[in-house]
Amino acid sequence: MSEIKDFTLNCPLPISDYPTVTLAHGGGGKLMHQLIERMILPAFQSPLLEARHDGAVFNLGGARLAFTTDSYVVHPLFFPGGDIGSLAINGTVNDLSMCGARPMYLSCGLILEEGLPMETLWAVVQSLKQSAEIAGVQLVTGDTKVVDRGKGDGVFINTAGVGVIEHGLVIAPSAVRAGDVVLLSGDIGRHGIAIMAMREGLEFESKIESDCAPLNHAVLALIEAGVNVHCLRDLTRGGLGTTLIEIAEATGLQITIEETAIPVRDDVAGACEVLGFDPLYLANEGRMIAILPEAEAAKALDLLRRSPNTSGAVAIGRVTDGGGVVRLKSQIGTTRVLDMLSGEQLPRIC
Amino acid sequence: MKYSSEYRDAKAAQTLSQEIHRITTRPWTLMEICGGQTHAIVKFGLDELLPKQIELVHGPGCPVCVTPLELIDKAVQIAARPEVIFCSFGDMLRVPGSEVDLFGIKAKGGDVRILYTPLDCLKIAKENPTKQVVFFAVGFETTAPAHAMAVYQAKQQGIHNFSILVSHVLVPPAMEAILGSSANRVQGFLAAGHVCAIMGYEEYIPIAAKYKVPIVVTGFEPLDILQGIAMCVKQLEEGRYQVENQYTRAVPEGGNRAAQHYVKEVFQVVNRKWRGIGEIGHSGLGLRPEYSEFDAELRFEVSGYTAEESPLCISGLIMQGLKKPHECSAFGKQCTPEKPLGAPMVSNEGACAAYYRYRRAELASTGKV
Repeated sequence: MSEIKDFTLNCPLPISDYPTVTLAHGGGGKLMHQLIERMILPAFQSPLLEARHDGAVFNLGGARLAFTTDSYVVHPLFFPGGDIGSLAINGTVNDLSMCGARPMYLSCGLILEEGLPMETLWAVVQSLKQSAEIAGVQLVTGDTKVVDRGKGDGVFINTAGVGVIEHGLVIAPSAVRAGDVVLLSGDIGRHGIAIMAMREGLEFESKIESDCAPLNHAVLALIEAGVNVHCLRDLTRGGLGTTLIEIAEATGLQITIEETAIPVRDDVAGACEVLGFDPLYLANEGRMIAILPEAEAAKALDLLRRSPNTSGAVAIGRVTDGGGVVRLKSQIGTTRVLDMLSGEQLPRIC
Repeated sequence: MKYSSEYRDAKAAQTLSQEIHRITTRPWTLMEICGGQTHAIVKFGLDELLPKQIELVHGPGCPVCVTPLELIDKAVQIAARPEVIFCSFGDMLRVPGSEVDLFGIKAKGGDVRILYTPLDCLKIAKENPTKQVVFFAVGFETTAPAHAMAVYQAKQQGIHNFSILVSHVLVPPAMEAILGSSANRVQGFLAAGHVCAIMGYEEYIPIAAKYKVPIVVTGFEPLDILQGIAMCVKQLEEGRYQVENQYTRAVPEGGNRAAQHYVKEVFQVVNRKWRGIGEIGHSGLGLRPEYSEFDAELRFEVSGYTAEESPLCISGLIMQGLKKPHECSAFGKQCTPEKPLGAPMVSNEGACAAYYRYRRAELASTGKV
């Protein structure tokens, strides 16, 4: 095994640990963060990029805008609770929402594999259309490319989106303060298990549906009611655990959460026990955390619970001074520090 | 969740903790055999609930961790062949070989697949008659029945494009190797509940008697482990050394006879090399001669290959309970879950990975790493 060389600015190839890209580089864990920190950020140096938010926030022509992009490469294309089309709309809508923006216009790039049944493509297009209608956004520009058979996985989609920010709040990790509470918008882990179950042919007594949903209406309800939101993050690949760790590291504050307060559906918990997964690191596509002052928590919870996609909102923990770490109070009353995973969770042997 | 939340009850955990405090009068060193137990101990912080006199050392019971380097290299060599579909349990993919791991082979275009049961290989073999389907048959007594069944059925059904790369190890010989070592500190064992669910616990009775150590068959939930510790400490305090069964809801004394039958039909006891420890006599399983056509080492002619471990890695000392992961000079430095030097840093159930994941921040704050 070759010695590990730390990256220096002179290094022509900043990722020396792996000579090729592995799946773990896209898993939302440490290897992906390394890739972003060592290769992407230095290459494109920009203060907007450095903010490392779910989207870039800037002023343009007198308006404050949020701008984001995301690519969707899911297998299978259709799964319980959603499909690649609804993911592509909701993912970008949610990234804009986490900036506190009202999502307005989306672009859509379709990369299609030769041989894809036209019927499948039509179903994806219909899903894109319906999801955009539900979220209240417009698809206004797009692109289509076809690659040789075997060079794609049916359909890849990229969407980018623009939203407008109609308030003066700074919604970012930098606004988080000691004393804030952490709200979670619903049960976690369903998307990860729904995909895994389909992909691997696992069968459970009940069908586990993805939580894929747009969060813009819930976020705008908070903002329009005047709730002083400090930070919003949607929970995607790395799950609740990774998201909280990112915020703790960015703020240098400590976040303590109660394991018993985090809703995990019984069937998801059961699947996790069988596979050796931790629900804290499972992917979600319609869940977020909101960090805000304790005095506003009751009002915010009430507003979130009235919105259909955040009706299971609960308070799971609070922010205190010091540490830059996330502590979990376990159900048996002990405490441990949460760490980021390297890549995706791997099913265990026994 | 039913059948799991009952075993994670905070009040019951406190009661057991108080009981252990009450009965403990002297220092005792216990070893939990199984990596699943190590994981639960660290994940739930169970050692916080124990008196200072009780030291838990982490045993060699993680199949990913004890699979020798050369077998990983053999897996990599086989998986890289264009005609091979190489199938494995998920957590073997990231175990480092001498040069590359199985994920690396996958990234270079190898057909490497994660399966949940080796029986799926038979279907893949039938669907891909021009391919060679190989399963990485790793594990203790727990996974042996499924591997045996896959080979048995392949023979019955005449599926000739299927083989297994065997690295099976057995718990009792490893316990004897630890107890027989002059450096041994282990005074009592928590035996692995799921291994006993297959094999029963009759074979532990002579070990407990010979080495005068209590052995408690223990489950994997927090309350199981605390109760197992309480039972073990009680024996030690009373000067007893018997085999007791904490995990009665899953383990009958004789184990699962049907599973044992297929294991004996397909496998025989052989000497095995353990990563970090070395060769232990009669400590593993290999295919019987009648089933040798399903042996991937023979089919792909890799049986002569050997490889040496990284000199920095002290995984052998860790798996014998002689060192704790953070006492290794490479822990968290040259060796991390992203770039592991030794297998205990790879697996979810490896002691080093468990310490890295759950303890690193605390160890760092106390200056221990």
